[in-house]
Amino acid sequence: MLEIKNLHVKLEDEDKQILKGLDLTVEAGKVHAIMGPNGSGKSTLSYVLSGRDGYEVTEGSATLAGEDLLELDPEERAALGVFLAFQYPVEIPGVGNMTFLRTAVNSQRKARGEEELSAADFLKSIRAKAKELKIDADMLKRPVNVGFSGGEKKRNEILQMAMLEPKMCILDETDSGLDVDAMKLVAEGVNALRDEGRGFLVITHYQRLLDHIKPDVVHILADGKIVKTGGPELAMEVENNGYAGILAEVS
Amino acid sequence: MALADVKQSATEARLAALSLPEGGCLSVARQAALSRVQTLGLPGRRDEYWKYTRPDTLTAAEATQASVFVTDEAPMFDEFDRLKIVFVDGVYNPEASDDLSLEGVQIDRIADICCQDIHWAKDLYGVLEARGQSPVARPLAALNTAFAQDGVAIHVTGKPSKPINLVYVHSDEASDAILHHVIRVEAGAEATILENGPAASRFNKCMEIDIADTGKLHLVRAQGRDHERRAATHLFARLGTESVFKSFTLTVNGILTRNEAVVELLGDDAIAHIAGACVGDGEFHHDDTVFITHDAVNCESRQVFKKVLRNGATGVFQGKILVKEGAQKTDGYQISQSLLLDDDSQFLAKPELEIYADDVICSHGSTTGAIDEEALFYLRSRGVPADEATDLLTLAFLAEAVEEIEDGEIAAAIVARLEGWLSRRR
Repeated sequence: MLEIKNLHVKLEDEDKQILKGLDLTVEAGKVHAIMGPNGSGKSTLSYVLSGRDGYEVTEGSATLAGEDLLELDPEERAALGVFLAFQYPVEIPGVGNMTFLRTAVNSQRKARGEEELSAADFLKSIRAKAKELKIDADMLKRPVNVGFSGGEKKRNEILQMAMLEPKMCILDETDSGLDVDAMKLVAEGVNALRDEGRGFLVITHYQRLLDHIKPDVVHILADGKIVKTGGPELAMEVENNGYAGILAEVS
Repeated sequence: MALADVKQSATEARLAALSLPEGGCLSVARQAALSRVQTLGLPGRRDEYWKYTRPDTLTAAEATQASVFVTDEAPMFDEFDRLKIVFVDGVYNPEASDDLSLEGVQIDRIADICCQDIHWAKDLYGVLEARGQSPVARPLAALNTAFAQDGVAIHVTGKPSKPINLVYVHSDEASDAILHHVIRVEAGAEATILENGPAASRFNKCMEIDIADTGKLHLVRAQGRDHERRAATHLFARLGTESVFKSFTLTVNGILTRNEAVVELLGDDAIAHIAGACVGDGEFHHDDTVFITHDAVNCESRQVFKKVLRNGATGVFQGKILVKEGAQKTDGYQISQSLLLDDDSQFLAKPELEIYADDVICSHGSTTGAIDEEALFYLRSRGVPADEATDLLTLAFLAEAVEEIEDGEIAAAIVARLEGWLSRRR
């Protein structure tokens, strides 16, 4: 599904190398977790994959189902099936949540040459999905993320993911700012989307999210590279010993 | 004090090109207005109130020619059931207009009133304009009162079933129109007035609005798409106790627009909202100058102005809230914002508050910014193409002003026009 080879990325405005030869393959149907200390390049990876400005790829490649992602605009990547659940979802005053989602769903369908979803079908679908995530009608009507609590913002991200049905879901520290109940709700939403045809890349600092979203593979990212890969037990090792132990062992 | 020579000669040149219409019962008002123009002199470049907008083309003896814009877009408000009053190059056109009778409202032509000895409009025509000359002079409005060729007097006594639509058609490239309307809303009465169209190559319009206690007036205008037209408009409103006045203006194109609004809240618990959304591309200069005076207790005023500018367009906002002594519990709000879609455009804002009462809430803000890159990326990351995402964010920026329109259908029609403007610029 997602194939990243020898990816080198620097900041566009500064001479600062962030990713230094990252290799990663996420298969369809699998959940991969990336853990790592602050500044290891986790968020940069998520932004580079989704096409945010400000980063320069100096070497390497990233493909989704064989398509070169790095050449594409963010909206083209989205239409191909890339979805980033933001660590800090953006507030957009003046744009209704419902209007936003419908525009997004139909833009993607249009880009893929599919028929647009009718207003009635869209409404039916979003109501059902919102209900599962305990998102009420009022939240759908309000401007995107404006006045939402931290938990509401993250649930709104998962709702978008459910509506857009991406092939490759990247979750950037989705657990940050969530209490235990909110985290459970978000994890349930994610688990409901686990599917043979869908890959997940879950970026997190802590093991606790992985109690709820069980990963198939865990990677440790440090200083711009994957330094260790293992099963779910690797996350437990981080929890118990911190990153320092693993990093010392690797070097 | 004598006027400076330059001002004196410019004013004389302009006045020489005009002649006072036969006055009838309005002749006293016209004569008095002429004296005001002669005393004040027409605005010049060195006047502080015209610091950001050049008045010369508005005050010149001759109007600059402006080509008539041809579009296949249906005229604004065409889809609404309304009473239509059409002016072509500033002259009332009875063939294109509807019958002026409508329950709850009495409509007369200013030209007809002039022949009568007695008419209610006599107590309003030029009266609010004259009051509005202090503390800041508005000589173009006085010029209008003196020389207006046409216009209507609208007396709202009930609740007319449909809006009154003043339609301003521009057909002559050399047209120079001066229109003056007076509107009186009686106690408990309520009406909606729509205005649209460019009117003329040069348009000087003045509207005096007197709202009695508990009266309500909604005014929505769209200033027409002619690229080369110039306009100076004045709106003078006086509000009685528990009365409501809401005004919204959409400006799309036009080489020069100066919209002045002068509002006095004279009765307790009155509400005045003045809003505007303008979108300008290229040679476009748009000036909103607003002066709201609170002279009663517990009144609310809102000024909401949003401008989207690109390709070297200029936006100006001069807005003032004056809270007089004793106008306690005033709630005044003022926001002026511009969205610059490139580095070539500019926005000049001068927000002013002058407060002589101690128990008031007055807030004001002014911002200039570009499209929010974070929001743009967020939308694009969900699959919305860059152009559409930019349009969505631009409409969202204008939304606060458009929301000042109470009627949802009229607001939707305004949004459709804005969407049209945006899509033509992809």
